[in-house]
Amino acid sequence: MTGHDHDHRHDHDHDHDHHHDHDHDDPRALRAEALEAMLIERGLIEPAAIDSTLDYFEHQLGPMLGARVVAKAWTDPTFKDRLLNDGLAAIGELGLGGPQVDHLVVVENTADVHNVVVCTLCSCYPWGLLGLPPAWYKSLAYRSRVVREPRTVLAEMGCELPDDVEVRVWDSSAEVRYFVLPERPVDSAGLDEEALAERVGRDQMIGVAR
Amino acid sequence: MVDCTGVGDMDGIHDIGGMNGFGPMHRDELIFHAPWERLAFALASSTPMEGNTDDFRHAIERLDPTFYLSADYYGRWLGALEVRLSERGVIDSDEVDRRAGSARARPRAIASLAVPTRSPDGGPKRDVDRAPLFAEGQRVVARDLHPTGHTRLPRYVRGHHGVITLTHPAFVFPDTNAHGWGEDPQYVYAVQFRASDLWGEGDHTVSVDLFEPYLEAA
Repeated sequence: MTGHDHDHRHDHDHDHDHHHDHDHDDPRALRAEALEAMLIERGLIEPAAIDSTLDYFEHQLGPMLGARVVAKAWTDPTFKDRLLNDGLAAIGELGLGGPQVDHLVVVENTADVHNVVVCTLCSCYPWGLLGLPPAWYKSLAYRSRVVREPRTVLAEMGCELPDDVEVRVWDSSAEVRYFVLPERPVDSAGLDEEALAERVGRDQMIGVAR
Repeated sequence: MVDCTGVGDMDGIHDIGGMNGFGPMHRDELIFHAPWERLAFALASSTPMEGNTDDFRHAIERLDPTFYLSADYYGRWLGALEVRLSERGVIDSDEVDRRAGSARARPRAIASLAVPTRSPDGGPKRDVDRAPLFAEGQRVVARDLHPTGHTRLPRYVRGHHGVITLTHPAFVFPDTNAHGWGEDPQYVYAVQFRASDLWGEGDHTVSVDLFEPYLEAA
């Protein structure tokens, strides 16, 4: 006997992998597991559905998808035009779209204009291109402040913008999702699409990095 | 029923654009901090129930403000899931208390004016057979509305003048859809506001996506 029986919280057998055993002191963990057990008992959700949801969002989506879009736009001017004109149709050419991307507006960062995206009311984010958002994007500090003092917020995040760069903040308050097309690095001449995609970070596509 | 702190709504705690006091930015890059957050996400996003994204968002907004601020992001999702299940009679929070071993983290919420009883098909974009009322380049004012229910009109733009920079397609209207009062699709516009108009200072612009009924010609 180990003296610590992890099975006490379940009265059914399952082998799915979304549990860990380290947060039982948190009342939210106990409540989440109670709700899960009740929903499974009522036949409303299958453990396999929970796992497949997590697999999809954690492994199949992510910033690597958005990076493909950026790299394509950096190497194909006609694609870039289509992307800026009709984002959803253009990413559809790459087989992309997916959840939380019902309509897409792509905004271009240049030497003179810097765009940055937020959702002040909740946490809207182009899941289909970037995956689930990091904690800071959903934080009260980012949501409340970036519409009011974007230069300060970006500086705190390590992105100092010159005074003469125009800052445009996009609050995604409806079902349109915004995606920032960053500037192509000056030292990237000759790189192919795949190598360029490696240079694109999530923060650039949100607009908290240049 | 859910622990109720009132009925209706609501200039809610979620509407924080422009508020002071939430402190400096912390580079917390994690998507999930703990296994229960992953579970809360998965349950909230994949448990079948009548309703829609708008009523899910509204369930988060209706959480008691002190709960909202202290629950962390996925604590809100978990609370909203429990509120929605409770309002639909699927679960009873007393049973969750017993199963969880305590009433800690039990959500409290403002009761919804009405809970949707069916789910729409497809995404939120809709074709409508009328032209947009406003045009790109036009000056508009965001109406000073304080609806008793869900809305996507942030407080910080209400009463302020802006310029339409993009006309988006029409989308299901959250203010009705969240309550099951019909889709009532409306055009959405990107309306650009000057920071100096909103906050009295700042050289940037803020663009907000606003549904047509939120706007009037300036």
